[in-house]
Amino acid sequence: MCPRPRSERVVVIGAGHAGVQAADALRAGGHDGPITLVGGEPVLPYQRPPLSKEHLAPGGTPVPLPLRAERFFADRRIDLRTGVTATALDRTSRTVLLDDGAALPYDVLVLATGAANRVPAVPGADLAGIHALRTLGDAQALRAGLSRARSVLVVGAGFVGLEVAAAARAHGPAVTVLEAADRPLARALSREAAGHVAEVHRRAGTDLRLGEAVAAFTGRRGRVTGAVSSAGTEYRADLVLVGTGVAPRTALAAAAGLPVVDGIVVDECLRTPDPAIYAVGDCASHPSVHTGTRIRLESVQNATDQGRHVAAAILGGARPYTGVPWFWSHQGALKLQIAGVRLPGDENVLCGDPATGRFSVCRFRDGRLVVVESLNRPADHMAARRLLAAGRSPEPGRLRDPAFCLKEFAREPAVA
Amino acid sequence: MPKVIFHRDGGATDVVDVDAGSNVMRAAVQNGVDGIVGECGGQAMCATCHVYVREPHLDALPAISEDEEEMLECTAAPRDERRSRLGCQLTLGAGGLEEVEVDVPATQI
Repeated sequence: MCPRPRSERVVVIGAGHAGVQAADALRAGGHDGPITLVGGEPVLPYQRPPLSKEHLAPGGTPVPLPLRAERFFADRRIDLRTGVTATALDRTSRTVLLDDGAALPYDVLVLATGAANRVPAVPGADLAGIHALRTLGDAQALRAGLSRARSVLVVGAGFVGLEVAAAARAHGPAVTVLEAADRPLARALSREAAGHVAEVHRRAGTDLRLGEAVAAFTGRRGRVTGAVSSAGTEYRADLVLVGTGVAPRTALAAAAGLPVVDGIVVDECLRTPDPAIYAVGDCASHPSVHTGTRIRLESVQNATDQGRHVAAAILGGARPYTGVPWFWSHQGALKLQIAGVRLPGDENVLCGDPATGRFSVCRFRDGRLVVVESLNRPADHMAARRLLAAGRSPEPGRLRDPAFCLKEFAREPAVA
Repeated sequence: MPKVIFHRDGGATDVVDVDAGSNVMRAAVQNGVDGIVGECGGQAMCATCHVYVREPHLDALPAISEDEEEMLECTAAPRDERRSRLGCQLTLGAGGLEEVEVDVPATQI
């Protein structure tokens, strides 16, 4: 392997969690060449998770938490360009064009372009009062709307939808959630855990309607007044939050001829077929050792871990990415944490008593622990992350012992 | 104005003024204090804002919640039973601490 010159020019497109972490880790890892970090929003890069949680809470802080202090970028000689978007990628001349007219030559390019919200293709989707939540701007508009809203409709019981529903309830208005699937968080959670999540929201006063999609939004004078569901039911709302999933932002890569299949296709070291280009975070589809399939993850952990990983690869330490995926969500009094990636057909075994509101669902594949969904049981979650990273698994039968504790098991010496 | 004094691994010290109601993790992230990550944004979810609180501030600290207790068992650097806390749970001013002095662990990840 040829050692790379340390003066190479690295350009990172996207200043979210993945892009900022990649730039940080490159410099921290000893890269001496120019690093340019391009972000589409006209603000200092910020933490996204609080936008759907404490940012929306009554009395919560409206000021976003930066990912790094402003001086961090100058101190590290990271050329941060905000409020500009990459419009074209010329792989032959190794140049990225920006919408402010700049042309950035690169030796190594990292695509950290993230994802964009999907908008349901139904009548009325462009009415005022219909919000989505992805950016700080979205969060500020939603926060202002929630302080005035009398009735809120949330479309989609995914993480963002349920977090906003919980925050909206705390502001006082009536909250209805429409979910097309037969349970909330259907893509992420087992039936057992999802059932408990549904109950928590219903107990908080949220009207959770399962098996109902939105068919049309209704409005008056350009403002939303409600929606009609696929079941024909009419719902009134003066504020709507649409949380119906995201699509990876792959247009730049696709137009440059890079393969895209639900995400920019990268190898196990996060490199595209063009050896000068990597992709990380929400926009990248990578082969996972945890599922044996190609996956694309939408999470802060995946973004930051892949940011660190790609920096190591650029510095000459390319190795397969094997980080254990984990996720979390805060919904009112519910703290939900997931370690691992589920596949259909995994066997669910309860750990703890759901009636206490503190329990975990452990999922086994071929008799091995692959996922732990923890509800208000952070110790289980942390133990699970350790066990999954080490490839250790309890016998599924041991979980049926009420005295079994995942945390204690994680402390047992590993059996060779 | 409330104040946090960070003693970083390796010896450097950062003194940071903090808005009332903010916390030790936010103070570190907003001011670029190396060694505090705050990966989850301050929800006691990731244990990457672990700090060791110095005397004489130990008695003035808020009680450890059950969640923080569980997360502290899983920090990357060893837990100190008396001094380890999550920075995101240590609120400054407004009924919280007026000043706190902490040691930053060698690693958070």
